[in-house]
Amino acid sequence: MRNTSLNKVFELAQRDPRVVFIGSDLGVGTLKAMKAAMPDRFLMEGVAEQNIIGMAAGMALDGCVVYVNTIATFITRRCYEQVAVDLCVHNLPVRLIGNGGGVVYAPLGPTHLAIEDFAIMRVLPNMAVVAVSDAEEMKRLMDASLDWPGPLYIRLAKGGDPVISQTTDDFRIGKAILRRPPGRVLLVSTGATTERCLKAAEILADTGVAAGVLHMHTIKPLDCEALRALVSGRDLLVTVEEHLLAGGLGSAVLECLVDCGVPLPKVVRLGIPDSFTKEYGSQDTMFETFGLKAEQIAAKVRRALG
Amino acid sequence: MSHFPAKSDSAIRQAARQAEARPLDNRSKHLRRLVVEGLLGGGRGHIGSSMSPIEILRVLYDDVMRFDPADPHWPDRDRFILSKGHGCLAQYALLADKGFFPRQTLAGFCKRDSILGGHPEAGKIPGVEASTGALGHGLSIGIGMALAARLQRRPSRVFVVMGDGEINEGSVWEAALSAGKHRLSNLVAIVDYNKIQSYSFTDEVQPLDPLPDKWASFGFSAVEVDGHDVEALSALFKSLPLDSGKPTAIIAHTVKGRGVPVAEHQPSWHHKNKFTEDEVRAIAAALEDA
Repeated sequence: MRNTSLNKVFELAQRDPRVVFIGSDLGVGTLKAMKAAMPDRFLMEGVAEQNIIGMAAGMALDGCVVYVNTIATFITRRCYEQVAVDLCVHNLPVRLIGNGGGVVYAPLGPTHLAIEDFAIMRVLPNMAVVAVSDAEEMKRLMDASLDWPGPLYIRLAKGGDPVISQTTDDFRIGKAILRRPPGRVLLVSTGATTERCLKAAEILADTGVAAGVLHMHTIKPLDCEALRALVSGRDLLVTVEEHLLAGGLGSAVLECLVDCGVPLPKVVRLGIPDSFTKEYGSQDTMFETFGLKAEQIAAKVRRALG
Repeated sequence: MSHFPAKSDSAIRQAARQAEARPLDNRSKHLRRLVVEGLLGGGRGHIGSSMSPIEILRVLYDDVMRFDPADPHWPDRDRFILSKGHGCLAQYALLADKGFFPRQTLAGFCKRDSILGGHPEAGKIPGVEASTGALGHGLSIGIGMALAARLQRRPSRVFVVMGDGEINEGSVWEAALSAGKHRLSNLVAIVDYNKIQSYSFTDEVQPLDPLPDKWASFGFSAVEVDGHDVEALSALFKSLPLDSGKPTAIIAHTVKGRGVPVAEHQPSWHHKNKFTEDEVRAIAAALEDA
Protein backbone atom coordinates (compact mmCIF):
# COMPACT_ATOMS: atom_id res chain seq x y z
CA MET A 1 0.00 0.00 0.00
CA ARG A 2 2.85 2.37 0.80
CA ASN A 3 4.61 1.73 -2.49
CA THR A 4 1.33 2.15 -4.33
CA SER A 5 0.72 5.43 -2.56
CA LEU A 6 4.20 6.82 -3.21
CA ASN A 7 4.25 5.64 -6.82
CA LYS A 8 1.00 7.51 -7.28
CA VAL A 9 2.66 10.65 -5.92
CA PHE A 10 5.21 10.37 -8.73
CA GLU A 11 2.46 9.72 -11.26
CA LEU A 12 0.52 12.77 -10.04
CA ALA A 13 3.70 14.85 -10.14
CA GLN A 14 4.25 13.85 -13.77
CA ARG A 15 0.87 15.17 -14.75
CA ASP A 16 0.64 18.18 -12.42
CA PRO A 17 3.56 20.59 -11.90
CA ARG A 18 2.17 21.68 -8.50
CA VAL A 19 2.97 18.34 -6.89
CA VAL A 20 5.97 18.11 -4.55
CA PHE A 21 7.08 15.21 -2.32
CA ILE A 22 8.74 15.61 1.08
CA GLY A 23 9.99 12.63 3.05
CA SER A 24 11.65 12.67 6.47
CA ASP A 25 14.37 10.03 6.51
CA LEU A 26 12.76 7.17 4.63
CA GLY A 27 14.16 3.85 3.45
CA VAL A 28 16.94 3.51 0.90
CA GLY A 29 15.67 3.96 -2.64
CA THR A 30 12.28 5.48 -1.74
CA LEU A 31 10.83 7.05 -4.90
CA LYS A 32 14.17 6.69 -6.66
CA ALA A 33 12.56 7.26 -10.05
CA MET A 34 10.96 10.54 -8.94
CA LYS A 35 14.21 11.72 -7.43
CA ALA A 36 15.99 11.03 -10.72
CA ALA A 37 13.28 12.54 -12.92
CA MET A 38 12.47 15.68 -10.92
CA PRO A 39 15.09 16.24 -8.20
CA ASP A 40 13.78 19.70 -7.32
CA ARG A 41 10.35 18.27 -6.44
CA PHE A 42 11.66 15.34 -4.40
CA LEU A 43 12.85 16.46 -0.97
CA MET A 44 14.28 14.18 1.74
CA GLU A 45 14.58 16.40 4.79
CA GLY A 46 15.83 14.33 7.67
CA VAL A 47 14.36 13.54 11.07
CA ALA A 48 12.76 16.95 11.52
CA GLU A 49 9.00 16.66 11.27
CA GLN A 50 8.22 20.11 12.66
CA ASN A 51 10.34 21.75 9.99
CA ILE A 52 8.95 19.52 7.27
CA ILE A 53 5.35 20.48 8.01
CA GLY A 54 6.25 24.17 8.10
CA MET A 55 8.12 23.86 4.81
CA ALA A 56 5.18 22.05 3.26
CA ALA A 57 2.92 24.89 4.42
CA GLY A 58 5.22 27.51 2.91
CA MET A 59 5.28 25.70 -0.42
CA ALA A 60 1.51 25.21 -0.38
CA LEU A 61 0.99 28.91 0.40
CA ASP A 62 2.79 29.54 -2.89
CA GLY A 63 0.76 27.15 -5.01
CA CYS A 64 2.29 23.71 -4.48
CA VAL A 65 0.35 20.56 -3.59
CA VAL A 66 2.63 18.82 -1.11
CA TYR A 67 2.67 15.11 -0.22
CA VAL A 68 4.55 14.43 3.01
CA ASN A 69 5.45 10.92 4.10
CA THR A 70 6.82 9.43 7.27
CA ILE A 71 5.74 7.09 10.08
CA ALA A 72 2.18 7.82 11.21
CA THR A 73 3.02 8.57 14.84
CA PHE A 74 5.67 11.10 13.88
CA ILE A 75 3.61 12.85 11.21
CA THR A 76 0.76 13.35 13.71
CA ARG A 77 2.06 13.55 17.28
CA ARG A 78 5.57 14.91 16.79
CA CYS A 79 4.54 17.98 14.81
CA TYR A 80 1.00 18.43 16.05
CA GLU A 81 1.21 22.20 16.48
CA GLN A 82 2.63 22.64 12.98
CA VAL A 83 -0.16 20.46 11.59
CA ALA A 84 -2.78 22.47 13.51
CA VAL A 85 -1.43 25.96 12.84
CA ASP A 86 0.56 25.78 9.62
CA LEU A 87 -1.72 23.38 7.75
CA CYS A 88 -5.19 23.59 9.31
CA VAL A 89 -5.41 27.27 10.25
CA HIS A 90 -4.21 28.15 6.73
CA ASN A 91 -6.31 25.33 5.22
CA LEU A 92 -3.60 24.22 2.82
CA PRO A 93 -3.44 21.37 0.30
CA VAL A 94 -0.86 19.26 2.11
CA ARG A 95 -1.30 15.48 2.27
CA LEU A 96 0.14 13.59 5.23
CA ILE A 97 0.82 9.97 4.36
CA GLY A 98 1.33 8.06 7.61
CA ASN A 99 3.14 4.73 7.43
CA GLY A 100 2.03 1.97 9.76
CA GLY A 101 -1.34 3.21 10.97
CA GLY A 102 -2.95 1.42 13.90
CA VAL A 103 -0.99 -1.56 15.21
CA VAL A 104 0.97 -2.35 12.04
CA TYR A 105 4.23 -1.76 13.89
CA ALA A 106 3.25 -4.15 16.69
CA PRO A 107 6.79 -5.51 17.13
CA LEU A 108 8.13 -1.99 17.73
CA GLY A 109 6.01 -1.11 20.75
CA PRO A 110 3.95 1.92 21.77
CA THR A 111 6.34 4.60 20.49
CA HIS A 112 5.49 3.46 16.95
CA LEU A 113 1.80 2.58 17.19
CA ALA A 114 -0.61 5.13 15.75
CA ILE A 115 -3.69 4.19 17.75
CA GLU A 116 -4.94 7.73 18.39
CA ASP A 117 -4.27 9.26 14.97
CA PHE A 118 -7.93 9.41 13.88
CA ALA A 119 -8.84 11.18 17.12
CA ILE A 120 -6.14 13.83 17.11
CA MET A 121 -6.38 14.52 13.39
CA ARG A 122 -10.16 14.66 13.12
CA VAL A 123 -10.59 17.23 15.89
CA LEU A 124 -8.60 19.75 13.87
CA PRO A 125 -10.85 22.02 11.79
CA ASN A 126 -10.27 21.69 8.02
CA MET A 127 -8.40 18.36 8.32
CA ALA A 128 -9.79 15.38 6.41
CA VAL A 129 -8.95 11.84 7.58
CA VAL A 130 -8.94 8.75 5.35
CA ALA A 131 -8.01 5.09 5.86
CA VAL A 132 -8.52 2.93 2.76
CA SER A 133 -8.72 -0.84 2.91
CA ASP A 134 -6.26 -1.97 0.25
CA ALA A 135 -3.75 -0.89 -2.38
CA GLU A 136 -6.28 -0.71 -5.19
CA GLU A 137 -8.46 1.64 -3.19
CA MET A 138 -5.33 3.63 -2.36
CA LYS A 139 -4.91 4.37 -6.07
CA ARG A 140 -8.42 5.81 -6.20
CA LEU A 141 -7.81 7.87 -3.07
CA MET A 142 -4.57 9.28 -4.46
CA ASP A 143 -6.33 10.36 -7.65
CA ALA A 144 -9.04 12.01 -5.57
CA SER A 145 -6.46 13.68 -3.31
CA LEU A 146 -4.90 15.86 -5.99
CA ASP A 147 -7.58 18.54 -5.96
CA TRP A 148 -8.86 18.10 -2.41
CA PRO A 149 -8.92 21.71 -1.20
CA GLY A 150 -7.51 21.37 2.33
CA PRO A 151 -5.16 19.26 4.43
CA LEU A 152 -5.63 15.49 4.32
CA TYR A 153 -4.31 12.74 6.59
CA ILE A 154 -3.93 9.35 4.93
CA ARG A 155 -3.41 6.37 7.22
CA LEU A 156 -1.54 3.53 5.53
CA ALA A 157 -2.35 -0.09 6.40
CA LYS A 158 0.18 -2.91 6.64
CA GLY A 159 0.74 -3.57 2.97
CA GLY A 160 -0.20 -6.72 1.08
CA ASP A 161 -3.70 -6.36 2.50
CA PRO A 162 -6.28 -8.52 0.68
CA VAL A 163 -7.97 -6.55 -2.08
CA ILE A 164 -11.63 -6.16 -1.20
CA SER A 165 -12.33 -2.93 -3.05
CA GLN A 166 -13.80 -3.13 -6.52
CA THR A 167 -13.02 -1.42 -9.79
CA THR A 168 -16.66 -0.39 -9.99
CA ASP A 169 -16.44 1.58 -6.71
CA ASP A 170 -17.36 5.22 -7.03
CA PHE A 171 -14.60 6.37 -4.68
CA ARG A 172 -15.04 9.88 -3.36
CA ILE A 173 -13.48 11.39 -0.27
CA GLY A 174 -16.28 11.71 2.27
CA LYS A 175 -18.60 9.10 0.69
CA ALA A 176 -18.84 5.75 2.45
CA ILE A 177 -19.04 2.54 0.42
CA LEU A 178 -21.64 -0.10 1.27
CA ARG A 179 -19.72 -3.36 0.92
CA ARG A 180 -22.55 -5.61 2.04
CA PRO A 181 -26.21 -4.66 2.47
CA PRO A 182 -27.43 -4.61 6.07
CA GLY A 183 -29.93 -6.96 7.72
CA ARG A 184 -30.56 -6.88 11.48
CA VAL A 185 -26.99 -5.73 11.90
CA LEU A 186 -24.83 -2.99 10.39
CA LEU A 187 -21.07 -3.14 10.86
CA VAL A 188 -19.27 0.16 10.26
CA SER A 189 -15.55 -0.18 9.64
CA THR A 190 -12.55 1.62 8.19
CA GLY A 191 -9.07 0.77 6.92
CA ALA A 192 -7.98 -2.78 7.69
CA THR A 193 -11.04 -3.62 9.78
CA THR A 194 -13.34 -3.64 6.76
CA GLU A 195 -11.83 -6.90 5.55
CA ARG A 196 -12.33 -8.43 9.02
CA CYS A 197 -15.92 -7.21 9.10
CA LEU A 198 -16.71 -8.74 5.71
CA LYS A 199 -15.43 -12.08 6.99
CA ALA A 200 -17.40 -11.65 10.21
CA ALA A 201 -20.55 -10.96 8.17
CA GLU A 202 -20.03 -14.21 6.28
CA ILE A 203 -19.61 -16.15 9.51
CA LEU A 204 -22.78 -14.53 10.83
CA ALA A 205 -24.66 -15.32 7.63
CA ASP A 206 -23.79 -18.99 8.11
CA THR A 207 -25.62 -18.88 11.42
CA GLY A 208 -28.60 -17.01 10.02
CA VAL A 209 -27.70 -13.46 11.10
CA ALA A 210 -27.78 -10.91 8.29
CA ALA A 211 -25.10 -8.26 8.81
CA GLY A 212 -24.11 -5.50 6.42
CA VAL A 213 -20.76 -3.72 6.16
CA LEU A 214 -20.40 0.00 5.58
CA HIS A 215 -16.81 0.85 4.67
CA MET A 216 -16.24 4.31 6.14
CA HIS A 217 -12.90 4.99 4.45
CA THR A 218 -13.29 8.68 5.28
CA ILE A 219 -13.53 9.34 9.01
CA LYS A 220 -13.75 13.06 8.35
CA PRO A 221 -15.79 14.48 6.72
CA LEU A 222 -18.01 11.61 7.87
CA ASP A 223 -20.74 10.41 5.52
CA CYS A 224 -23.67 11.14 7.82
CA GLU A 225 -26.16 10.76 5.02
CA ALA A 226 -25.22 7.14 4.40
CA LEU A 227 -25.21 6.39 8.12
CA ARG A 228 -28.62 7.94 8.69
CA ALA A 229 -30.13 6.03 5.81
CA LEU A 230 -28.63 2.68 6.78
CA VAL A 231 -29.03 2.74 10.57
CA SER A 232 -32.81 2.98 10.70
CA GLY A 233 -34.46 -0.42 10.97
CA ARG A 234 -31.38 -2.19 12.38
CA ASP A 235 -31.35 -4.07 15.69
CA LEU A 236 -27.65 -3.55 16.18
CA LEU A 237 -25.00 -1.08 15.05
CA VAL A 238 -21.36 -2.12 15.54
CA THR A 239 -18.36 0.09 14.86
CA VAL A 240 -15.02 -1.66 14.38
CA GLU A 241 -11.70 0.17 14.34
CA GLU A 242 -7.98 -0.38 14.74
CA HIS A 243 -7.84 2.60 17.07
CA LEU A 244 -8.49 3.60 20.66
CA LEU A 245 -12.19 3.61 21.51
CA ALA A 246 -11.80 7.24 22.54
CA GLY A 247 -12.27 9.68 19.73
CA GLY A 248 -12.07 7.44 16.68
CA LEU A 249 -14.55 6.02 14.19
CA GLY A 250 -17.07 4.84 16.80
CA SER A 251 -17.07 8.24 18.47
CA ALA A 252 -17.47 10.02 15.14
CA VAL A 253 -20.37 7.75 14.13
CA LEU A 254 -22.18 8.31 17.43
CA GLU A 255 -21.62 12.07 17.33
CA CYS A 256 -23.12 12.15 13.87
CA LEU A 257 -26.16 10.03 14.71
CA VAL A 258 -26.89 11.83 17.97
CA ASP A 259 -26.55 15.22 16.30
CA CYS A 260 -28.89 14.13 13.50
CA GLY A 261 -31.49 12.98 16.00
CA VAL A 262 -31.68 9.50 14.51
CA PRO A 263 -33.16 6.91 16.89
CA LEU A 264 -30.26 4.68 17.85
CA PRO A 265 -30.43 0.91 17.77
CA LYS A 266 -28.31 -1.00 20.27
CA VAL A 267 -24.69 0.09 19.69
CA VAL A 268 -21.45 -1.80 20.30
CA ARG A 269 -18.08 -0.13 19.74
CA LEU A 270 -15.10 -2.41 19.09
CA GLY A 271 -11.55 -1.09 19.23
CA ILE A 272 -8.63 -0.66 21.58
CA PRO A 273 -9.36 0.15 25.25
CA ASP A 274 -7.87 3.18 27.01
CA SER A 275 -4.36 1.82 27.34
CA PHE A 276 -1.04 1.78 25.57
CA THR A 277 -0.20 -1.65 24.22
CA LYS A 278 1.53 -4.06 26.57
CA GLU A 279 2.78 -6.67 24.10
CA TYR A 280 4.57 -7.08 20.76
CA GLY A 281 3.89 -9.74 18.12
CA SER A 282 2.14 -8.80 14.88
CA GLN A 283 -0.84 -6.78 13.67
CA ASP A 284 -2.85 -10.04 13.62
CA THR A 285 -1.92 -11.05 17.16
CA MET A 286 -2.82 -7.59 18.41
CA PHE A 287 -6.16 -7.81 16.61
CA GLU A 288 -6.72 -11.02 18.55
CA THR A 289 -5.76 -9.33 21.83
CA PHE A 290 -8.29 -6.57 21.22
CA GLY A 291 -11.01 -8.86 19.89
CA LEU A 292 -10.90 -7.53 16.34
CA LYS A 293 -10.46 -10.78 14.40
CA ALA A 294 -13.41 -11.81 12.22
CA GLU A 295 -14.48 -14.70 14.49
CA GLN A 296 -14.30 -12.46 17.55
CA ILE A 297 -16.35 -9.73 15.87
CA ALA A 298 -18.99 -12.31 14.87
CA ALA A 299 -19.10 -13.70 18.41
CA LYS A 300 -19.56 -10.25 19.89
CA VAL A 301 -22.38 -9.51 17.46
CA ARG A 302 -24.16 -12.73 18.44
CA ARG A 303 -23.71 -11.94 22.12
CA ALA A 304 -25.09 -8.43 21.66
CA LEU A 305 -28.12 -9.75 19.80
CA GLY A 306 -28.77 -12.02 22.77
CA MET B 1 28.60 50.44 6.76
CA SER B 2 28.47 49.63 10.43
CA HIS B 3 27.71 45.97 10.42
CA PHE B 4 30.44 43.62 11.41
CA PRO B 5 31.44 40.05 10.69
CA ALA B 6 30.43 37.35 13.11
CA LYS B 7 33.41 37.46 15.45
CA SER B 8 33.17 41.11 16.55
CA ASP B 9 30.38 40.49 19.02
CA SER B 10 31.57 42.90 21.65
CA ALA B 11 32.29 45.70 19.16
CA ILE B 12 28.82 45.73 17.66
CA ARG B 13 27.14 45.43 21.03
CA GLN B 14 29.18 48.31 22.28
CA ALA B 15 28.33 50.38 19.20
CA ALA B 16 24.65 49.54 19.54
CA ARG B 17 24.65 50.57 23.18
CA GLN B 18 26.27 53.90 22.36
CA ALA B 19 23.72 54.46 19.61
CA GLU B 20 20.89 54.37 22.11
CA ALA B 21 21.65 57.96 22.95
CA ARG B 22 20.90 58.90 19.34
CA PRO B 23 17.41 60.38 19.00
CA LEU B 24 14.91 58.75 16.68
CA ASP B 25 14.13 60.60 13.47
CA ASN B 26 10.62 61.72 12.66
CA ARG B 27 9.80 58.69 10.49
CA SER B 28 10.74 56.29 13.26
CA LYS B 29 8.63 58.33 15.67
CA HIS B 30 5.71 58.37 13.23
CA LEU B 31 5.76 54.59 12.91
CA ARG B 32 5.86 54.23 16.68
CA ARG B 33 2.88 56.55 16.99
CA LEU B 34 1.02 54.15 14.70
CA VAL B 35 1.95 51.30 17.05
CA VAL B 36 0.58 53.34 19.93
CA GLU B 37 -2.68 53.97 18.06
CA GLY B 38 -3.14 50.20 18.01
CA LEU B 39 -2.04 49.75 21.61
CA LEU B 40 -4.38 52.37 22.99
CA GLY B 41 -7.19 51.33 20.66
CA GLY B 42 -7.02 47.76 21.83
CA GLY B 43 -6.10 48.66 25.40
CA ARG B 44 -3.37 46.06 25.31
CA GLY B 45 -0.43 44.78 23.32
CA HIS B 46 3.15 43.62 23.25
CA ILE B 47 4.60 47.09 23.38
CA GLY B 48 8.22 46.22 24.09
CA SER B 49 8.24 43.53 21.41
CA SER B 50 6.65 45.85 18.84
CA MET B 51 9.01 48.79 19.39
CA SER B 52 12.29 46.87 19.09
CA PRO B 53 11.94 45.75 15.42
CA ILE B 54 10.52 49.03 14.02
CA GLU B 55 13.68 50.11 12.18
CA ILE B 56 14.17 46.61 10.74
CA LEU B 57 10.67 46.66 9.28
CA ARG B 58 10.92 50.32 8.26
CA VAL B 59 14.01 49.70 6.17
CA LEU B 60 12.64 46.49 4.65
CA TYR B 61 9.35 48.13 3.64
CA ASP B 62 10.81 51.51 2.68
CA ASP B 63 13.99 50.52 0.85
CA VAL B 64 14.34 46.80 0.30
CA MET B 65 11.30 44.64 -0.37
CA ARG B 66 9.38 44.55 -3.64
CA PHE B 67 5.60 44.55 -3.10
CA ASP B 68 2.45 46.24 -4.31
CA PRO B 69 -0.20 47.20 -1.73
CA ALA B 70 -2.77 47.33 -4.55
CA ASP B 71 -1.93 43.74 -5.51
CA PRO B 72 -0.88 41.95 -2.32
CA HIS B 73 -0.73 38.57 -4.11
CA TRP B 74 1.58 39.69 -6.94
CA PRO B 75 3.53 36.44 -7.46
CA ASP B 76 6.97 38.04 -7.78
CA ARG B 77 6.70 40.01 -4.53
CA ASP B 78 9.15 39.49 -1.71
CA ARG B 79 7.67 37.64 1.27
CA PHE B 80 7.82 38.98 4.81
CA ILE B 81 7.00 36.74 7.77
CA LEU B 82 6.85 38.13 11.28
CA SER B 83 7.59 34.85 13.02
CA LYS B 84 7.47 36.63 16.39
CA GLY B 85 3.79 37.27 15.75
CA HIS B 86 3.26 38.95 19.12
CA GLY B 87 5.18 41.95 17.79
CA CYS B 88 2.44 42.39 15.18
CA LEU B 89 1.77 46.05 15.94
CA ALA B 90 5.11 46.84 14.29
CA GLN B 91 3.98 45.12 11.09
CA TYR B 92 0.50 46.64 11.30
CA ALA B 93 2.11 50.09 11.52
CA LEU B 94 4.09 49.49 8.32
CA LEU B 95 1.17 47.91 6.48
CA ALA B 96 -1.09 50.85 7.37
CA ASP B 97 1.64 53.30 6.44
CA LYS B 98 2.09 51.63 3.04
CA GLY B 99 -1.64 51.58 2.34
CA PHE B 100 -2.43 47.87 2.67
CA PHE B 101 -5.36 48.98 4.86
CA PRO B 102 -6.59 52.35 6.19
CA ARG B 103 -4.80 53.88 9.17
CA GLN B 104 -8.00 54.04 11.23
CA THR B 105 -8.09 50.23 11.19
CA LEU B 106 -5.30 50.33 13.80
CA ALA B 107 -7.65 51.71 16.45
CA GLY B 108 -9.72 48.51 16.20
CA PHE B 109 -6.79 46.35 17.30
CA CYS B 110 -8.07 43.15 19.00
CA LYS B 111 -11.68 44.27 18.83
CA ARG B 112 -14.39 41.80 17.97
CA ASP B 113 -14.81 42.50 14.26
CA SER B 114 -11.34 43.82 13.52
CA ILE B 115 -9.00 42.25 10.96
CA LEU B 116 -6.14 43.08 13.33
CA GLY B 117 -5.79 40.54 16.11
CA GLY B 118 -3.14 40.11 18.75
CA HIS B 119 -1.23 37.94 16.29
CA PRO B 120 -1.22 38.45 12.50
CA GLU B 121 -3.47 36.28 10.36
CA ALA B 122 -2.98 35.53 6.69
CA GLY B 123 -6.15 35.76 4.66
CA LYS B 124 -7.54 38.43 6.96
CA ILE B 125 -4.92 41.14 6.67
CA PRO B 126 -3.67 42.21 3.24
CA GLY B 127 0.12 41.90 3.21
CA VAL B 128 0.37 39.20 5.88
CA GLU B 129 1.81 36.05 4.30
CA ALA B 130 1.44 33.57 7.16
CA SER B 131 -0.47 33.35 10.42
CA THR B 132 2.04 33.39 13.24
CA GLY B 133 1.92 33.58 16.99
CA ALA B 134 2.92 30.07 17.94
CA LEU B 135 6.67 30.60 18.07
CA GLY B 136 9.20 28.74 15.98
CA HIS B 137 7.05 28.27 12.88
CA GLY B 138 7.99 31.16 10.61
CA LEU B 139 11.43 30.10 9.47
CA SER B 140 10.20 26.71 8.22
CA ILE B 141 7.35 28.39 6.36
CA GLY B 142 9.87 30.83 4.91
CA ILE B 143 12.04 27.94 3.75
CA GLY B 144 9.03 26.47 1.95
CA MET B 145 8.37 29.82 0.27
CA ALA B 146 12.03 30.21 -0.71
CA LEU B 147 12.03 26.70 -2.19
CA ALA B 148 8.79 27.44 -4.05
CA ALA B 149 10.32 30.63 -5.49
CA ARG B 150 13.30 28.62 -6.70
CA LEU B 151 11.06 25.91 -8.15
CA GLN B 152 8.81 28.42 -9.91
CA ARG B 153 11.78 30.51 -11.06
CA ARG B 154 10.52 33.63 -9.32
CA PRO B 155 12.89 36.34 -8.06
CA SER B 156 11.08 36.54 -4.71
CA ARG B 157 13.13 36.77 -1.55
CA VAL B 158 11.87 35.77 1.87
CA PHE B 159 12.52 37.79 5.04
CA VAL B 160 11.71 36.18 8.39
CA VAL B 161 11.91 38.16 11.64
CA MET B 162 12.25 36.09 14.80
CA GLY B 163 12.41 37.02 18.45
CA ASP B 164 15.31 36.10 20.67
CA GLY B 165 13.07 34.18 23.07
CA GLU B 166 11.51 32.50 20.05
CA ILE B 167 14.76 30.89 19.01
CA ASN B 168 14.69 28.80 22.19
CA GLU B 169 12.34 26.60 20.13
CA GLY B 170 13.98 23.47 18.71
CA SER B 171 12.00 23.82 15.49
CA VAL B 172 13.99 26.96 14.67
CA TRP B 173 17.17 24.91 14.62
CA GLU B 174 15.61 22.15 12.54
CA ALA B 175 14.77 24.91 10.07
CA ALA B 176 18.25 26.39 10.27
CA LEU B 177 19.79 23.03 9.36
CA SER B 178 17.42 22.75 6.41
CA ALA B 179 18.02 26.28 5.09
CA GLY B 180 21.76 25.65 5.21
CA LYS B 181 21.40 22.38 3.36
CA HIS B 182 19.35 23.97 0.58
CA ARG B 183 21.73 26.94 0.29
CA LEU B 184 18.77 29.29 0.18
CA SER B 185 20.41 32.55 -0.75
CA ASN B 186 16.92 34.03 -1.22
CA LEU B 187 16.16 33.54 2.49
CA VAL B 188 17.03 36.06 5.21
CA ALA B 189 16.57 35.16 8.88
CA ILE B 190 16.59 38.20 11.15
CA VAL B 191 16.81 37.90 14.93
CA ASP B 192 15.38 40.88 16.80
CA TYR B 193 17.93 40.51 19.60
CA ASN B 194 16.55 42.82 22.28
CA LYS B 195 17.95 40.59 25.07
CA ILE B 196 14.64 40.32 26.94
CA GLN B 197 12.06 37.55 26.73
CA SER B 198 8.78 37.30 28.59
CA TYR B 199 10.02 36.35 32.05
CA SER B 200 13.30 38.21 32.14
CA PHE B 201 16.59 38.82 30.35
CA THR B 202 17.62 36.15 27.85
CA ASP B 203 20.92 35.78 29.69
CA GLU B 204 18.96 34.60 32.72
CA VAL B 205 16.26 32.49 31.06
CA GLN B 206 18.20 30.91 28.20
CA PRO B 207 21.52 32.43 27.16
CA LEU B 208 21.97 32.57 23.38
CA ASP B 209 25.48 33.86 22.72
CA PRO B 210 27.42 33.62 20.56
CA LEU B 211 24.51 33.92 18.15
CA PRO B 212 26.38 34.69 14.90
CA ASP B 213 28.58 31.65 15.44
CA LYS B 214 25.55 29.46 15.98
CA TRP B 215 23.89 30.56 12.73
CA ALA B 216 27.16 30.40 10.81
CA SER B 217 27.73 26.84 11.99
CA PHE B 218 24.32 25.89 10.58
CA GLY B 219 25.34 27.09 7.12
CA PHE B 220 24.28 30.73 7.17
CA SER B 221 26.25 33.78 6.29
CA ALA B 222 25.80 35.53 9.64
CA VAL B 223 26.33 39.18 10.54
CA GLU B 224 25.46 41.53 13.34
CA VAL B 225 24.02 44.99 12.96
CA ASP B 226 22.68 47.79 15.10
CA GLY B 227 18.98 47.10 14.63
CA HIS B 228 18.03 50.75 15.10
CA ASP B 229 20.62 52.20 12.69
CA VAL B 230 18.60 52.92 9.57
CA GLU B 231 21.60 53.58 7.34
CA ALA B 232 23.45 50.48 8.48
CA LEU B 233 20.36 48.30 8.04
CA SER B 234 19.71 49.72 4.59
CA ALA B 235 23.29 49.19 3.45
CA LEU B 236 23.28 45.65 4.81
CA PHE B 237 19.96 44.65 3.23
CA LYS B 238 21.02 46.12 -0.11
CA SER B 239 24.19 44.01 -0.08
CA LEU B 240 22.24 40.71 0.20
CA PRO B 241 22.88 37.93 -0.35
CA LEU B 242 26.16 38.14 1.51
CA ASP B 243 27.11 34.80 0.00
CA SER B 244 25.48 33.58 -3.21
CA GLY B 245 25.41 30.01 -1.90
CA LYS B 246 24.05 30.57 1.60
CA PRO B 247 21.04 31.90 3.46
CA THR B 248 21.71 35.01 5.51
CA ALA B 249 21.26 35.41 9.26
CA ILE B 250 21.16 38.94 10.62
CA ILE B 251 21.56 39.36 14.35
CA ALA B 252 20.02 42.77 14.92
CA HIS B 253 20.96 44.25 18.27
CA THR B 254 17.91 46.12 19.45
CA VAL B 255 16.42 47.67 22.55
CA LYS B 256 13.18 46.30 23.89
CA GLY B 257 10.67 49.15 24.01
CA ARG B 258 12.96 51.44 21.98
CA GLY B 259 11.65 54.99 21.65
CA VAL B 260 9.58 54.92 24.82
CA PRO B 261 12.06 55.51 27.66
CA VAL B 262 9.71 54.24 30.36
CA ALA B 263 9.57 50.88 28.53
CA GLU B 264 13.15 50.53 27.34
CA HIS B 265 15.02 47.49 28.69
CA GLN B 266 12.06 46.69 30.96
CA PRO B 267 10.91 43.05 31.03
CA SER B 268 7.63 44.25 32.59
CA TRP B 269 6.83 46.13 29.34
CA HIS B 270 7.01 42.98 27.17
CA HIS B 271 3.20 43.01 27.20
CA LYS B 272 0.77 45.50 28.74
CA ASN B 273 -2.96 45.24 29.13
CA LYS B 274 -3.57 48.55 30.82
CA PHE B 275 -1.93 51.93 30.72
CA THR B 276 -2.12 54.67 33.36
CA GLU B 277 -2.73 58.24 32.25
CA ASP B 278 0.85 59.08 33.24
CA GLU B 279 2.13 56.27 31.03
CA VAL B 280 0.03 57.40 28.08
CA ARG B 281 1.34 60.97 28.53
CA ALA B 282 4.94 59.70 28.77
CA ILE B 283 4.55 57.62 25.61
CA ALA B 284 3.04 60.54 23.69
CA ALA B 285 5.73 62.95 24.84
CA ALA B 286 8.52 60.56 23.87
CA LEU B 287 7.14 60.21 20.35
CA GLU B 288 6.55 63.87 19.52
CA ASP B 289 8.30 65.01 16.37
CA ALA B 290 11.57 66.85 16.87
